[in-house]
Amino acid sequence: MSPIKVCILRIEGTNCEQETFDAFLELGAHPEMIHLKELTPETLLEYQCLMIPGGFSSGDYVRAGAIFAARMKSRLFSALKKYVEHGYPVGGICNGFQVLVELGFLPRLSDHPEACLATNDSARFECRPTLLKLENHCAFTQKMDIGSIYEIPSAHAEGKFVSPYIEELMENGQAIFRYVNPQGEYAGYPWNPNGSQYSIAGVTNEQGNVFGMMPHPERAFHIYQNQEWTRHSSTAGGHGRLVFESVIEYARRL
Amino acid sequence: MKAEIKVELKEGVFDPEGENIKKALHLLGFSGVQNVKLAKVYTIEMDKEENVQEMCTKLLTNPVIHMYDIRKG
Repeated sequence: MSPIKVCILRIEGTNCEQETFDAFLELGAHPEMIHLKELTPETLLEYQCLMIPGGFSSGDYVRAGAIFAARMKSRLFSALKKYVEHGYPVGGICNGFQVLVELGFLPRLSDHPEACLATNDSARFECRPTLLKLENHCAFTQKMDIGSIYEIPSAHAEGKFVSPYIEELMENGQAIFRYVNPQGEYAGYPWNPNGSQYSIAGVTNEQGNVFGMMPHPERAFHIYQNQEWTRHSSTAGGHGRLVFESVIEYARRL
Repeated sequence: MKAEIKVELKEGVFDPEGENIKKALHLLGFSGVQNVKLAKVYTIEMDKEENVQEMCTKLLTNPVIHMYDIRKG
């Protein structure tokens, strides 16, 4: 069985590509860091998974992710659309989530954004571990359990998910992760770092193969990345590892 | 040719930056400040006619939270 090929897309200002690369590599996949200029509609099809990593692409000018999205749109929009329609998994972490929303790929395919990751209610960069409850499954969560709580760190200034179609998304089961407190209740600040509607931390499209989340699973890949790791007796990986394991498994079955 | 595009948050969209600025102004003693709203102004110079509205819908605004006003001159 040949390893699945993962394209980790970068432009100036992305800064989580190395951790994302390492996560896939460690799990036996074949990741490649590809600059947007190198990616063509033909070479895109060589990959079984496309990841947009976190960071501050193009300095977050205009809006977070807007310039990255505009550049993808100008060269690759129809190729990406086909890629998604074929069922290939496309993931966006943090800034990558903002890109997928600005691109009109999340919460559903559209020629204009149908949601926004707006400035945090606190108007500042929120950086700390967050607790996420898995609400529904998508291509990136099959190895996780619905109702379980996962600790994955957040680090963003623009992560407040708002959409005029929010009720529809909730009914469709497109909310994947929601911020909770240690008791597992949907709670306000500081548990919800940004003020997202319905405490949403991650969403998927209707087909479940495009997924974006604000917290960083690649920063919770190894148990020693957890702030309290010396207190755990477990030798299992960090919670974020399951996101990568899930999508590799999904891509393998395609 | 020149166009000035003002992008601001729609009515009813919470403006956390504006709120923070208001708080700071109050702390500086400007007790009469009631509300602060933030907007971005893009000044775009062109050497031929371009569709400025399309610039707004394709890059400069997100229709979920923004409204915009174009001034040509």
